[in-house]
Amino acid sequence: MRTSRQARAGQYLALLAYLVFLAFPFLWLVSTAFKSPRELGSLHPTWIPRHPTLDNFRQAFDEQPLLHAALNSLLAALAAALIAVLVATPLAYVMARHRTGLARVATGWVVVSQAFPLVLVIIPLFLVLKNLRLINSLPGLVMVYVVWALPFALWMLVGYVRAVPAELEEAAAVDGAGRVRTLVSVTAPLLAPGLVATGLFAFITAWNEFFFALVLLKTPEKQTLPVVLTHFIGAEGVADLGPLAAAAFLATLPSLVVFAVIQKRITGGMLTGAVKA
Amino acid sequence: MTLVTATKRSAPDAPRADGDRRSPGHGAWFLVLPALIPILLLSVGPLLYGILLAFTDAQSGRTAPTRWIGALNFRDLLHDTLFWESFRIGLVWAVGVTVPQFLLALGLALLLNEDLRLRWLARALAIIPWAMPEVVVGIMWRLVYNPDAGVLNETLRGLGLGDGRDWLSGLATALPAVIVVGVWAGMPQTTVALLAGLQGTPRELHEAAAMDGAGAWRRFRTVTWPALRPVALSITALNFIWNVNSFALVYVLTSGGPGGRTRLPMLFAYEEAFRYGQFGYAAAMGCVMVAVISVLLALFLVGRLRGDDDT
Repeated sequence: MRTSRQARAGQYLALLAYLVFLAFPFLWLVSTAFKSPRELGSLHPTWIPRHPTLDNFRQAFDEQPLLHAALNSLLAALAAALIAVLVATPLAYVMARHRTGLARVATGWVVVSQAFPLVLVIIPLFLVLKNLRLINSLPGLVMVYVVWALPFALWMLVGYVRAVPAELEEAAAVDGAGRVRTLVSVTAPLLAPGLVATGLFAFITAWNEFFFALVLLKTPEKQTLPVVLTHFIGAEGVADLGPLAAAAFLATLPSLVVFAVIQKRITGGMLTGAVKA
Repeated sequence: MTLVTATKRSAPDAPRADGDRRSPGHGAWFLVLPALIPILLLSVGPLLYGILLAFTDAQSGRTAPTRWIGALNFRDLLHDTLFWESFRIGLVWAVGVTVPQFLLALGLALLLNEDLRLRWLARALAIIPWAMPEVVVGIMWRLVYNPDAGVLNETLRGLGLGDGRDWLSGLATALPAVIVVGVWAGMPQTTVALLAGLQGTPRELHEAAAMDGAGAWRRFRTVTWPALRPVALSITALNFIWNVNSFALVYVLTSGGPGGRTRLPMLFAYEEAFRYGQFGYAAAMGCVMVAVISVLLALFLVGRLRGDDDT
């Protein structure tokens, strides 16, 4: 297929427009994070800080318990990721290998659960967790995150299990290995990369989550990073721009790094989902 | 390569010789329970409980026992003009985000499918909105929209287009401003799905169509679109549902203001439940949202099935 020179130029122009649209808010965030208060107050803001400073970062840590919040986020996200993978893998295995009614119901739930308005789930959860004295506690939040990450985790894992040839398992069975033994010594090692990708996905989901954390965590020392970030915006919506930008920038870095690592795998999982939904 | 062929052969539809090992019951229950129990306790259970709550006068911090009040909450909702206003805003938001998002993502996916030089950069950049916490996306755009220190007004001033305004606080500009953020935040995901769909279209078909003298638009309509349609419909339906249910982005950008102009249904229900403690009433709102989404999904499925017959 040959494309005319004009068409090529048009394509590059369009691509450039997309690049600007995608990049400029993020570049502005980074630029704002390194600006001095004087420059932030200037009526003609510039793209590149004239006197780059780290003061905003220091001030951000002084104003809000960022480190503590990041630790809370890290704990909640790690626990949620670990438990989600442990719990989802056996079910994903059944969904991938058996065409039982149960597997179909599970698949249906994965699709339907995408459509719940969270508010309908959070009110009863709030009441139940309150009775269990799990409000304002990370374990309560982790429980919610595990279930919340399950649909997509299952979806990804089913794809990974299907990619492991059933012939290998059958061969092991013929050799006399039991079901559990086959799963642990034949299937699991081949699934390992998929398990890691799924875990990392569940990790980012929990690290970024806001709604459940906002409702369930009441005191600042329990709150996760996204909730603490909103404290930088005052009651009247007035914000100290420099520290706000600095804190927001820091909160993004972990997910950007993790996401860059697993992006291809998520894409694969999402595509199977989109095609089959 | 061997992996791929092996997977194909063991597709679940293929007839199996070892029916015994595949049969349900044989150890399947013990594999299913670890996921089933939390799902039932923390997802299905609360959902049903939530529907029950919609028919009660449940409130937070009330000492009197909760009473069953039938459809009273729904009758009140019917007359709640604020709710219907937020409902209308929610629809404008969901359509306003989903449609441009799809068109822009389709354009970008078509570009990225060509042999262009800056392709890798666009792919790398597309990760940013996707990986960012919604709260950070909201904060970032507040900085962009900031009336004094924001890049948007400064750019407009530089181009000589007025001397800037407070986008997020303006009655007329707030909803369009948050819609732009919604489009930005969800575009990469849609682009990647469409791009993957595009890469499933055989190149030979394009070349054959080009040989027959079909122009770009004709090739798109006759070759690209039919192959892309299932992915496009699914991702659009999912995007629409996600947008109807979205919360964090607008909560951080405007908290529903100014004057309720960006108060999406989720924000309204959240305030009703956790600021005013009206659990029963807020649950009824959730039920209405479920009902509307179900109807839309059903329409979509019917449309999709009919479309499948056509092809």
